[in-house]
Amino acid sequence: MTHGGDGQGTVVKLTKKDFVSDQEVRWCPGCGDYAILAQMQKVLPELGIPREKFVFVSGIGCSSRFPYYMNTYGFHGIHGRAPAIATGIKVCNPDLSVWVVTGDGDGLSIGGNHLLHAMRRNVDIKIVLFNNRIYGLTKGQYSPTSEFGKKTKSSPMGTVEPPVNPICLALAAEATFVARSVDRHTDHLAYVLERAARHKGVAFVEVFQNCNIFNDGAFEPFADRSVKEDRMVVLEHGKPLIFGKNREKGIRLNGTTLEVVTLGDGITEADLLVHDEKRPDPAIAFLLARMDYPEYPVPVGVFRAVEKPTYDELVNAQIETAIAERGPGSLEKLLRSGDIWVIE
Amino acid sequence: MRERASTLTTVESEVRHQIVELETVTVRFAGDSGDGIQLTGTLFTNTTALVGNDLGTFPDYPAEIRAPAGTLPGVSAYQICFSSQDIRTPGDQPDVLVAFNPAALKVHLPDLPEGGMILVNVDAFTEYNLKKAGYTSNPLEDGSLAKYRVYKIPMTTATLSALREIDLPAKDKERCKNFWALGLVYWLFDRPLEPTLRWIEERFKKNPAIAQANATALRAGYAYGDAAEMFTVHYRVRRAQIAPGVYRKITGNEALALGLIAASQLAGRPLFYASYPITPASDILHELAVHKNFGVRTFQAEDEIAAMCAAIGAAFAGYLGATGTSGPGMCLKSEAINLAVMTELPVVICDIQRAGPSTGMPTKTEQGDLLQALFGRNSESPVAVVAPATPADCFYMAIEAFRIATKYMTPVILLSDGYLANGAEPWKLPSIEELPKIEIRFRTDPNGFYPYLRDPETLARPWAIPGTPGLEHRIGGLEKQHITGNVSYDPKNHELMVKLRAEKIARIAEDIPLLEVFGEPEGKVLVVGWGSTYGAITSAVEHWQRKGAPVSSIHLRYLNPFPRNLGEILPRFEKILVPELNLGQLALLLRGRFLVDAIPFSKVQGRPFKISEIIDRIGELL
Repeated sequence: MTHGGDGQGTVVKLTKKDFVSDQEVRWCPGCGDYAILAQMQKVLPELGIPREKFVFVSGIGCSSRFPYYMNTYGFHGIHGRAPAIATGIKVCNPDLSVWVVTGDGDGLSIGGNHLLHAMRRNVDIKIVLFNNRIYGLTKGQYSPTSEFGKKTKSSPMGTVEPPVNPICLALAAEATFVARSVDRHTDHLAYVLERAARHKGVAFVEVFQNCNIFNDGAFEPFADRSVKEDRMVVLEHGKPLIFGKNREKGIRLNGTTLEVVTLGDGITEADLLVHDEKRPDPAIAFLLARMDYPEYPVPVGVFRAVEKPTYDELVNAQIETAIAERGPGSLEKLLRSGDIWVIE
Repeated sequence: MRERASTLTTVESEVRHQIVELETVTVRFAGDSGDGIQLTGTLFTNTTALVGNDLGTFPDYPAEIRAPAGTLPGVSAYQICFSSQDIRTPGDQPDVLVAFNPAALKVHLPDLPEGGMILVNVDAFTEYNLKKAGYTSNPLEDGSLAKYRVYKIPMTTATLSALREIDLPAKDKERCKNFWALGLVYWLFDRPLEPTLRWIEERFKKNPAIAQANATALRAGYAYGDAAEMFTVHYRVRRAQIAPGVYRKITGNEALALGLIAASQLAGRPLFYASYPITPASDILHELAVHKNFGVRTFQAEDEIAAMCAAIGAAFAGYLGATGTSGPGMCLKSEAINLAVMTELPVVICDIQRAGPSTGMPTKTEQGDLLQALFGRNSESPVAVVAPATPADCFYMAIEAFRIATKYMTPVILLSDGYLANGAEPWKLPSIEELPKIEIRFRTDPNGFYPYLRDPETLARPWAIPGTPGLEHRIGGLEKQHITGNVSYDPKNHELMVKLRAEKIARIAEDIPLLEVFGEPEGKVLVVGWGSTYGAITSAVEHWQRKGAPVSSIHLRYLNPFPRNLGEILPRFEKILVPELNLGQLALLLRGRFLVDAIPFSKVQGRPFKISEIIDRIGELL
């Protein structure tokens, strides 16, 4: 059952159409953003939340046009600051489902500080970072996730800076929900977005998103349909890490190192690492996050999903405690607090 | 105001000291930043307020928390002027300097007039301390202080001796010497000890030994004055003849915090205050964080930008969103302030100005951010700007800022400064009923709703908050189409929107009080001030008016838009003098807006104007 308010207090069924705004979508034809928008519009009606309770907040960049295309409340902010705007919204109205849509430049470069602090505070907002490893809207400069040595307009001889791994960053900030998916893996993307939506606390989702204009095929070497089964591994809670066309390969934890093993020849499923997204300590999730093609399969799925009190919940609990202990504030009494004297 | 300080009567005291009545006295406490100078001054102020004097204070402390002891940069001072008359400033010059060490004497002696009284802690005048203060000979012995009345008092040894029965390490006992000195000054000005004793008891509830030591030191200092033969008289300043009512002492930052809470109560919407710690604004955050039972949400953000953005988010969600900072923080917030301009959301931005540019002098006052407040953002970016005139006025202007912000759906910048923030004055408490109402009307009706369909009178757009069914809409920093609020790059639409945003702010002029001229409505010299210079300017103008000189003044508490009668008042005077703690920013605005020959009178020393400085400058124009 899917539900939404019609403004009269009765419950109506919402569909994907209800979340499509009247604005013309202006991303480049073939952009991965379309796929993410479609999955979001598909997932939201499934949540049983009235449409007016959704707020999409964004920064600057191609991905940050996202709120205009959602028929919900939306705030297209300034570069990198969406997590701060979203924090203000969520603290003031914890009833809302508040989403941040950001990109690798917006979220990890100019807005890195806000992203870090929203995650470590565990503000109950959902952050979807579209990672295309390039600056699209400014027409093709390298981004903080561009691979070392990448040649772009602003790095004709190749970059000399190592990229940041968004999942590692989220885990280091101890975000309570950390996941990754791929724009074209639509079913998996829908699954991850729905998991994020249902998580209580900050949810960080990295989506590998193809920029077909400035960085086409960035994820194809491992995410293309023809190779993904051999070059990616899907993390599933409580299940051993198995991948490969014939599900013949796995990931084993050897001391503090992960290694790729082939099942058979004395190695069985029992030897493999069993994924535990609820593990409080993010250390193993961090090892998984560092796996990268070609040495390892690239992991997607939920790296971490733990429960902790949320920032907005704690802030508002202090308000309630203060009112319970001291009574609702009286302006008259407040003005007269401290030493007062009377002139006759 | 020394000019009015006069000995009125001399009466026999019941003890052996004569009591001399004075009208106005200025005392300055000065010592190491670790000596508890600010606390000593504050407690003296509290007692002085309670005995019913009018007063003004000027705390002046270094930015370093504990600069090297005994050095000149480490000197912290607190000045209070108190009077039986109506006063408006903390006094130009101290009549009494209480110096806890040689460095304090060296830094503050130049401000003391001839014949001024100096109480020094003679125990601190060791060779080592003298050297650190840069003295080559001991000023207490070399005759260099001959033109002052110097009282050499062994504050440290007297404190230790008074506390000999108390079981505390000598170091802790020595730290009580500020209470000892405070006791002595209480005796000197015939003030009661009880308010401070009550404070000590409350503050050190969990540490009875410290409480006892401080209370004993306080009493011992008082008794020392009474017994010492070096003092032939002590002084009394009678209760001021001020308007009847209930009073409390208030600093600008306290008043600002209370004003923000009051605005929230008057509007019936909770306050969300986001801030990043910065001198001299942090006290607002501290004060607001205490009052959670008023529904106040405080957010110590990761940086200035986040604080502004979170306040915008709060405003979008229907709260009263506010942020507070000082100049360097304003620089960081400017992009986000523009987002509030574009999204037309009500946010109050409190800028507690300090000396700049850059980090400047964090603890020193200045009015250097006026043009930044008006113009310090990209493109045509009109915001309303208000500036309180006194510490207590911060309360009223905080309410006013939110009244304007919510009625016109606009960010409002409130310009306070370090002088107002930390300075204190008595405040006659208003009755709640006489405070303005702040009417909040959220849009709820989806019929005919457009995010940028404006109120025909105020030009405000509707405040439609998330969670309201049927009003789902998108706002943001991109240019908006008139009425629909959709993104628009249409050239004519952009020009229309730029003009609408400007017109909206201009119309606020219809909704703020007219300026009242202090003095005759026309004449030779008009002194035009804004913000914290009110006290010094008004006192200086009053000085000339008493002499019959054709001098008047007006004081701007609204800087954008200006009160609508400003342009009518200016041409009625031959000369327009604009004293400002900057290089002439208001003067530039007046010249640009009204084509008048406004004469800037600048001071940029990190200190407020002295009354005498303005008196002299006016004199040159007469």
